[in-house]
Amino acid sequence: MNFNHHGVWAIYKFEMARAKRTLWQSLVAPVITTSLYFVVFGAAMGGRLSDVEGVPYGAFLVPGLIMLSLFTQSVSNASFGIYFPKFSGTIYEILSAPISPLEAVIAYVGAAATKSVVLGLVILATGACFVPIQILHPFWMVAFLLFTAISFSLFGFILGIWARNFEELQFVPLLIITPLTFLGGVFYSLDMLSPLWRAVTLFNPVVYLISGFRWSFYGMADVSLWLSVVISLTFLAICSAILWWIFKSGYRLKS
Amino acid sequence: MGRYNARFLAAVASMSPIISIQGLTKTYPSGFKALKGVNLEIQRGEIFALLGPNGAGKTTLISIVCGIVTPSQGRVLADGFDIISHWREARSRIGLVPQELTTDAFETVWDTVSFSRGLFGCAPDPAHIEKVLKQLSLWDKRNNEIMMLSGGMKRRVMIAKALSHEPDILFLDEPSAGVDVELRRDMWQMVRELRESGVTIILTTHYIEEAEEMADRIGIINKGELVLADEKQALMQQLGRKQLTLSLLEPLTSVPDALAPWGLQLQADGQELVYSFDAQADRNEISRLLRKMNELDIGFRDLNTRESSLEEIFVNLVQQRAGDQA
Repeated sequence: MNFNHHGVWAIYKFEMARAKRTLWQSLVAPVITTSLYFVVFGAAMGGRLSDVEGVPYGAFLVPGLIMLSLFTQSVSNASFGIYFPKFSGTIYEILSAPISPLEAVIAYVGAAATKSVVLGLVILATGACFVPIQILHPFWMVAFLLFTAISFSLFGFILGIWARNFEELQFVPLLIITPLTFLGGVFYSLDMLSPLWRAVTLFNPVVYLISGFRWSFYGMADVSLWLSVVISLTFLAICSAILWWIFKSGYRLKS
Repeated sequence: MGRYNARFLAAVASMSPIISIQGLTKTYPSGFKALKGVNLEIQRGEIFALLGPNGAGKTTLISIVCGIVTPSQGRVLADGFDIISHWREARSRIGLVPQELTTDAFETVWDTVSFSRGLFGCAPDPAHIEKVLKQLSLWDKRNNEIMMLSGGMKRRVMIAKALSHEPDILFLDEPSAGVDVELRRDMWQMVRELRESGVTIILTTHYIEEAEEMADRIGIINKGELVLADEKQALMQQLGRKQLTLSLLEPLTSVPDALAPWGLQLQADGQELVYSFDAQADRNEISRLLRKMNELDIGFRDLNTRESSLEEIFVNLVQQRAGDQA
């Protein structure tokens, strides 16, 4: 038994079943929130907001809003998935099972990323009901979608292991992810900013993901596509390295 | 020839201990030494009870064998597989029922037991899950959410989870904690049935009654050291004390000098004489004592003898060790 595929499948199924039980929280709530953005910024105010590089403001919003949901849901799904067994004590079973850290990560992160991608597609469909959408580079669109879902789920998984209580679990999404996302160009193009703020914003890694994703829709980007790809890969590499260290040292999992 | 070889190997395997622990130590980051060089072998197919007070290191020992806690030093083999270098093989042979009632809440009984089977790398086998659930009287509850079950039922669910992947070795950490008498009896019965089916069982407990009732061998652990490990009967014989209590017709104010060789004690305001002796002591000693009492004209209306329980043996041992160290 070199790869415990039964074990990976068991965790994956368990996590997906959890999403089914909490359908309101995991799917319906984000869709309603996103629809509200479309209603407010698209339908109500959209007429007064000018086009961004020829793209109607409502349509411009869609990729950013998908990313916004992808970030928050990937992080919360994956962090809760591993935090809860720690909190309830059922983690003993995972730790005593013949399942390697890599297999556990594949299962937990795979499930969290699957849920996020489904959610992203549902929001895309919701958006299409409100505004005209075009996808110029479908391959890149799917690639950014998958990639973001996976790397933020990894990040969430780390957060779930790190958190010692529910407050810490909420802390990072609320005080770091949400501000970075809102200031990362979901609602505006970087060209709308003053040179100083534009320079500051470029330190925000989220900018590169949103920019790349929006480029796959409309061919417009704040930064070059390859820079987006490199920054995204770097983020993934950092998360993987931290996870590798966590499992090697047993940090907050094993004594 | 090949067949003989295989038989020989199988015979050797069946003689070797199923768990072998050598020089196991564990020092937690706080500096607390939970285990101080434990050596222990568990034989195939036996029920082994690990007895000890709270904080003695029982759970740490189990947690290391199961892969939940990392050992500081030492080596553990489970069915011949090193738990560090061959962790997959070792862990797939072990089932663990931890002390705390930690279960999922919203899953059904069937789902959570099937989950455990998959987690331990086994292909789905509904027939086996059905068998385990029926054995544990959980079959009627299979579609219930775990949170709807009573504490005793949750304990059964945890046992079912541990048995889902057909382990050769089953660890029961404090199986009777918070369990009513009926369930405890049921569980003992189940443990015996499991042993008959070939499963080796290691249980920790501080209920002496439990170890005395079930175990083939008993290990006593205190302050991270294995004080001793022996056959239950041998342990009882070796360390068991017997007491003869004589209820006197007339109370005595002191033990007569003529009875000094027996080291008697007076109790109940001089109404009872107590003679303590080793279980293996010279049997004529009692009749000699009774004859002597007859000579002295000390009459008694009743007598009874009592063997010391494991609890007393255990308390004596722990105190003895504490005394040695002081």
